[in-house]
Amino acid sequence: MGLIARPDEKQVVTVDPGSQEGWVTTRLDFLVNWARANSMWPMPFGTACCAIEFMATAASKYDLARFGMERLSYSPRQADVLLCAGRVPLKLAPVIRRIYQQMPQPKWVIAMGACASTGGMFDNYAVVQGIDTIIPVDVYVPGCPPRPEALMYGIMMLQQKVMGERLRDESLRHEIVPDPASQLYIPPSAIDELSEPFGNSVHQTRSGL
Amino acid sequence: MTPTSQIQIAGSAAPHDAPRTPTQIPHRGGTPNPSAEALRARFGDAVSRVDVVWGETTVVVDAARVRDMVAWLHDDAGERYDYLVDVTAVEFRDLEQPLEVVWHLRSLPYRRFLRLKALLPKGAPLEVPSVWPVHKGADWMERECFDMFGVRFEGHPDLRRILMWEQYKEGFPLRKDFPLRGRFSRAEQLRQALAANPEARYSMEEISVVEAFSDLPDEMRQRLASGERTGE
Repeated sequence: MGLIARPDEKQVVTVDPGSQEGWVTTRLDFLVNWARANSMWPMPFGTACCAIEFMATAASKYDLARFGMERLSYSPRQADVLLCAGRVPLKLAPVIRRIYQQMPQPKWVIAMGACASTGGMFDNYAVVQGIDTIIPVDVYVPGCPPRPEALMYGIMMLQQKVMGERLRDESLRHEIVPDPASQLYIPPSAIDELSEPFGNSVHQTRSGL
Repeated sequence: MTPTSQIQIAGSAAPHDAPRTPTQIPHRGGTPNPSAEALRARFGDAVSRVDVVWGETTVVVDAARVRDMVAWLHDDAGERYDYLVDVTAVEFRDLEQPLEVVWHLRSLPYRRFLRLKALLPKGAPLEVPSVWPVHKGADWMERECFDMFGVRFEGHPDLRRILMWEQYKEGFPLRKDFPLRGRFSRAEQLRQALAANPEARYSMEEISVVEAFSDLPDEMRQRLASGERTGE
């Protein structure tokens, strides 16, 4: 099953094989993380074409079930991963924020595609410039939309991140509280810096008149 | 076995009745829709111009008379414009050029298409009468036009924003003087969007069937009264 504990030279465990059969030693961290990483329930927040690609990933050819994610959780209260696939308009910002806040700890977020990660080509008045300006994000998957392989690679990266977590780290169980005045997780200056135009969109600043 | 070509499909139109896709349409000019002349005969000076572009007739009319015209086009036995396709507006970059509000009307019985345009000069308040009393489908189209262009439709029962949230303060996004990224900084936009609190407005109580029961259509009320579950 892959439950192989790392050998620790300082500890010597003596086992009498004859006394009992069918048991294994491991670190509790490892066991819990292994279970968590391989049974994540994604909350699909699909708003655009990335969601189509997510459906392809979940369907039989690419088979998300191999990663323990075949059970999509349409209730945020049972979800572990918020998988934001597609652009998020400003009108939807309080909705995705509320969904994120309803998820129990520990929770993770994958921003799938260019729009969810940065706003993509929609550098306009209506679209959030990357969902990391509203909620904390763990893994960004680039692509427009990403192929299923890319999404699965992002999921495996998230699994690696989960495998590296320690129970001693209490931040896993603490809800991140946004600034009460502005309801933002990160300072406004950081948001403005993150949302600055780049690439071709720097030429779009004219107002028309 | 009957050959495929001889199978008669019930209800299919005879070949000479079937609408054909027109070809060889001139860009400007051509035969105007007869409804344009009828409008001019009926409303006189309120019709200022009739154009035919790509075979479609555009009638430029007085903004104040639009509701009367749409009502007449809807009711008159020779017109029967029973389908309001679209209500929208066009703004031009030229400051001197007025903003145009456009109504697309279709007469299903006579297979006619008519486009009404009202010109609103920039300096004056942008106001046109609502056609909601004639076409109930104008409700959301006029709300969208108000949301994007700031055109006020007098007589609309519930004229508020529909695409942007109701507390949106930055203006009317499709106007030419509106910067593409909006007027506020990204952080301020996010702060305002997050403060919008949609649940305060769209509550489950508000849309429950019990409260809206008297507004439901008769047959639905009967079905509900006979004990049918609504699935809530």
